[in-house]
Amino acid sequence: MKVLVPVKEVATVEDEFEIDGTTIDERYLGADLNEWDDYAIEEAVQLEEDGVVDEVVTVTIGNEETEQTIRQALAKGADRAIRVWDDALEDVDLLDVGAKVAILEAVVEAEDPDLVLTGVQSGDDSFGATGVALAEAVGYQWGAVVNQLDLEGETASVHRELEGGIEELTEIDVPAVLTIQTGINEPRYASLRGIRMAQRKELDHQTLADLGVEADAVAGDLRLTAMYEPESESDTTVFEGGADETAAQLADLLREKGVAQ
Amino acid sequence: MSDILAVAEHRQGELRDVSREVVTAGAELAGETGGDLHVAVVGGDVETFADALNLEGVDTVHTVAYGEEFNHDVYTQAITQLADALEPAYLVMPNSVNGLDYAPAVATRLDVPLVTDAVGLATEGDTLVGTREMYGGKVETTTEVDADQVAITIRGAEWEPTEAAGDATVEAFDADIDEDAIGSTVTGFEEVAGGDVDISEADLLVSIGRGIEEEENLDLIRELVEALDATLSSSRPIVDAGWLPANRQVGQSGKVVTPDVYIAIGISGAVQHVAGMKGSETIVAINTDPNAPIMDIADYAIHDDLFDVVPALIEQFS
Ligand SMILES: Cc1cc2nc3c(=O)[nH]c(=O)nc-3n(C[C@H](O)[C@H](O)[C@H](O)COP(=O)(O)OP(=O)(O)OC[C@H]3O[C@@H](n4cnc5c(N)ncnc54)[C@H](O)[C@@H]3O)c2cc1C
Repeated sequence: MKVLVPVKEVATVEDEFEIDGTTIDERYLGADLNEWDDYAIEEAVQLEEDGVVDEVVTVTIGNEETEQTIRQALAKGADRAIRVWDDALEDVDLLDVGAKVAILEAVVEAEDPDLVLTGVQSGDDSFGATGVALAEAVGYQWGAVVNQLDLEGETASVHRELEGGIEELTEIDVPAVLTIQTGINEPRYASLRGIRMAQRKELDHQTLADLGVEADAVAGDLRLTAMYEPESESDTTVFEGGADETAAQLADLLREKGVAQ
Repeated sequence: MSDILAVAEHRQGELRDVSREVVTAGAELAGETGGDLHVAVVGGDVETFADALNLEGVDTVHTVAYGEEFNHDVYTQAITQLADALEPAYLVMPNSVNGLDYAPAVATRLDVPLVTDAVGLATEGDTLVGTREMYGGKVETTTEVDADQVAITIRGAEWEPTEAAGDATVEAFDADIDEDAIGSTVTGFEEVAGGDVDISEADLLVSIGRGIEEEENLDLIRELVEALDATLSSSRPIVDAGWLPANRQVGQSGKVVTPDVYIAIGISGAVQHVAGMKGSETIVAINTDPNAPIMDIADYAIHDDLFDVVPALIEQFS
């Protein structure tokens, strides 16, 4: 059984930042492995360690700089990685769900995995839709927001985490795409040995042409037209001063509210 | 072609709040486009649900009597068939966990663009203008789409639920559900997060988030909880890491709490967290980041390092 894990490098934002047009100024941006994808990788690697899965392949849409993040996934135990990048993607400032699916669909067709594990959402654009849209595009079954997975034969028995502390128990036919929720497992840190081994694993770069995807398929339908800091809805009283002063003000407040003595 | 189709949601026999919210969002859009507002309800006791969905602004409620509980294959088939029949310009669905499980499939099957987790919607001619958040709520964006048809999911609790009754027509929609295409079966539900402590009963909650960094640093927070005679709760990552049991988690998938005072320490205020605590009477945030989304709902804030403030606060009570 083969598992494909789409892995995204997400942009992280410093506490203080400036907006430059429809992006955050690069000076304030960092990069990290998407939190939800970390759990998806771990789930796939554990399935391989349990002997249920033979190969774990990751796929990332990203430029050369994302290789650092891809190596993290390889160091955690993925067997090989595919990175899709193309000049046509260089100028797209919002890769929407349709565009991502156009690319990932081609990768699924080429790799023919039995299972695709994506994260529930990504921490930067948080569409929360790529996994399920991909499943529909490739004709796989799916399950969204999965926080427990048991694979037996052609069936994935999952728990889907609903709102309010309720889980839905569902049986899903494989091949399937599952979107993985945090907390399903405990993602490992990459060991030094893992990091060394990752350097030797295959990281294959593919262009849109390699995958047979038309350039206009990735242009997307959504246009980002403005970005701004949200207006605060409440009048927040900010306690000023050093920690001793602010703590004293908070202590007064708690006493005043009658919740502490 | 400027009608709207909004999709209701129910679970275990109850319409969920977001059903009345999609009606509000749909009615607003219909007001702008001049089209009709159609509402769909799939599965369960559709007659009773249709009565409840006969709300102000709704022109027609379409009932699809198939199955009891949510099944994404049934929803995807029913909604795409309704969309084919009604040709709405906009489909409005909830950005709930179940919405996440069918809305992307509906958009893909209809081959239309998808705008998820919208917190604001407007139209300018044939252009849909959606407001969304990025980077965990640190920025808001406007996103525009030009298409004959657009699928949208809306964030919960952003639109006021419509309560006023309406005079909608109820129509049974005879969806042609292909049972061979149903590849998943819901076998049951399970409640999690029971246990000794009920954080929803507490008057004073000290809630800790990822700002705590290491499990052993929780001792500091426990000391504060003891000094204040408060109850300890947390954001999700603390529970995910196994540092606290699930019954301490505040939020969309955890518990909804309404204490007199909620002290959020090292918690950014992601929407799924806020869903569980925004009803607190007084919200205090201690966070190094003055731009953290929690500041938007905090009544009082300390923009400082928790490792400086918490010991000083303990000092105040000992
Ligand atoms: C379907 C779904 C359901 C979810 N359900 C829930 C839920 O029920 N509950 C929930 O909480 N989350 C839930 N989440 C997760 C949610 O999206 C966030 O990931 C989570 O709430 C973030 O937790 P946090 O604020 O503790 O961590 P972060 O977002 O990492 O924030 C940490 C904060 O600590 C601050 N900080 C760091 N160091 C310090 C310091 N020394 N002193 C002071 N401040 C510091 C930082 O500035 C930052 O604001 C859900 C997500 C999904 C997709």
